[in-house]
Amino acid sequence: MADGNVLAAPAPAPAAVAPARPGALRRLARRRSTLAFVLTVPLLTVIGGLVVWPFFYAIYLSMLNKRMTRFVGLDNFAFLLSRETFQLVIMQSVIFAVGAVVAKALIGFILAHVLHALPAKGQRKWRGMLLVPWVIPPAISTLAWWWLFDPSYSAINWMLMGIGAPPVAWLGEPGWARFAVILVNVWYGAPFFMIMYLAALKSVPDQLYEAAAIDGATGWQKLRYVTVPMMKNIIAITVLFSLIVTFANFDIVRILTNGGPQDRTHIFGTYAFQVGIQSGDIPLGAAVSLFMFPVLALLAVFVLRDVTRRSREMAG
Amino acid sequence: MSVTAAAEATAAPAAPLYRKVGSIRRERRWALIGAYVALAVFVVFFLTPPFHMLMTSLKSSAEIADLSNNPWIVQSPTLENYWALLNHGSYPRHFLNSVIVTLSTVAITMVISLLAAFALARMRFWGSATLATGVFLTYLVPETLLFIPLFQTIGSLGLYNNLWAMVLLYPTITVPFCTWIMIGYFSSIPKELDEAALIDGANHFQMLWKIFIPVALPGILAATIFAFTVSWAQFLYPMVFLVSSEQMVLTVGIVSDLIRGDTFQWGMIMAGAIMAALPPLLIYAFLMDYYIAGLTAGATKG
Repeated sequence: MADGNVLAAPAPAPAAVAPARPGALRRLARRRSTLAFVLTVPLLTVIGGLVVWPFFYAIYLSMLNKRMTRFVGLDNFAFLLSRETFQLVIMQSVIFAVGAVVAKALIGFILAHVLHALPAKGQRKWRGMLLVPWVIPPAISTLAWWWLFDPSYSAINWMLMGIGAPPVAWLGEPGWARFAVILVNVWYGAPFFMIMYLAALKSVPDQLYEAAAIDGATGWQKLRYVTVPMMKNIIAITVLFSLIVTFANFDIVRILTNGGPQDRTHIFGTYAFQVGIQSGDIPLGAAVSLFMFPVLALLAVFVLRDVTRRSREMAG
Repeated sequence: MSVTAAAEATAAPAAPLYRKVGSIRRERRWALIGAYVALAVFVVFFLTPPFHMLMTSLKSSAEIADLSNNPWIVQSPTLENYWALLNHGSYPRHFLNSVIVTLSTVAITMVISLLAAFALARMRFWGSATLATGVFLTYLVPETLLFIPLFQTIGSLGLYNNLWAMVLLYPTITVPFCTWIMIGYFSSIPKELDEAALIDGANHFQMLWKIFIPVALPGILAATIFAFTVSWAQFLYPMVFLVSSEQMVLTVGIVSDLIRGDTFQWGMIMAGAIMAALPPLLIYAFLMDYYIAGLTAGATKG
């Protein structure tokens, strides 16, 4: 009886207030959306003032001459494309991003599987150790790598000597330097893939594997027909996201090789820094970084598509 | 007794299957051994640089220069590098600068993102859906795309070589992601809670302060940790905008101060690096679950 009263009580109330409602509601709505707008003003200021506006300003800057006195149209872009150094930068950026992301994705996938197979108790400890490279700021950990690659004191070369191999000029020889920057990026980024894939693996329902086992699926078939399809979306998001971040990397290359030897390891970010800030050619530097934009925009569109799809799946 | 009998009775017809289960178990064991081997290999690979960093930081300059030693092991550990860093030179200044910039950025970021996420998660207004998408896209804009025009802007604002320029710029990296994951956390709070609060006569700020913030505390912690680690690790902006030693933060200060021409003070560089890596490592050690939640939230929420 009492329960019934409680449940019934609110029912007449709306009817009683009803006549006063339309105006009040509209006012409320107006107030709410005004308030909502006010709450987002700081966000809009940051995004508009320090992201959107600089982007368009970069486009404007990239069309000026070096002294920024004359409008030169697309000359800077044409000039860059005709230079061999810049062609190397384009090539190296692609090698760096694709090579590092493929390696990170593979290592992350393997590690996530291996961790997932462990008993829950040990998992935490191992996961804790495996995430350390991701936690140390890359500008700091790259210093350790730089020291490991040092021409005369390299601790890696010391080990190579121990097994009778000749020492390697890690950062002095273009091929090895390219390998070194990718290696450090893989070292830093693989734990991120691992943790993303591990989270995804944990969300695959066990029943699917049980059903597959009953159907007599082998381990490989379970991976191919259960795990991969269930993780496809997360794999795509992680790879695309990492492609963006790796393509636009700065820290590792800047500290480890500073683009050398002979500009062979420059990627867009470090080359833009060298041209725009160190050599003082702001318009040309702006043009260098703008060359990244088409690739980044394309990747971003795909990330957005996959993230939207995922949130829809999770909601539905 | 009867239990074992029953178990035997059920096991009997499945005899061939039972043998197969045994082989699966054996297979499992080998898989587990393989797993531990793979893990050990990668743990060694992942922890080698920090280990070497620690070893070098404990060596004297003479020991580092001596090529006849095993470089991986410290013979006579000393804290002289740490001592020298903390007592002479500008390392303490850089550390303090990093703390100032990071704490300011975290505070600004959290205020901006909480307010915006509250509005975007709960109040529909004209363009709110577009703005939420825009926030996510902004998160994907790397700072290497923007630092050159920002160099001009910061210069014209008179903030070149000023620590506070960092506090102005870092939020561009932290705010979009923090807003994005806070939208996710706020959206998962049941609407009944705000209705109850409204019936009790709460205004929107009380609702945010007394309901949303306490309920979404794990998310807030994850976002805070993210903002902290990103600000602490930022390298490009300090590299571009800070030139004099007393304005520098750790990420650029260590290198600029300890390398004079061709003289690398590796012992001190590594000691400085260890201490600079410590704050994020400590946060990670104590708040690993929130750290990981923040890391994975970007793709799994929203």
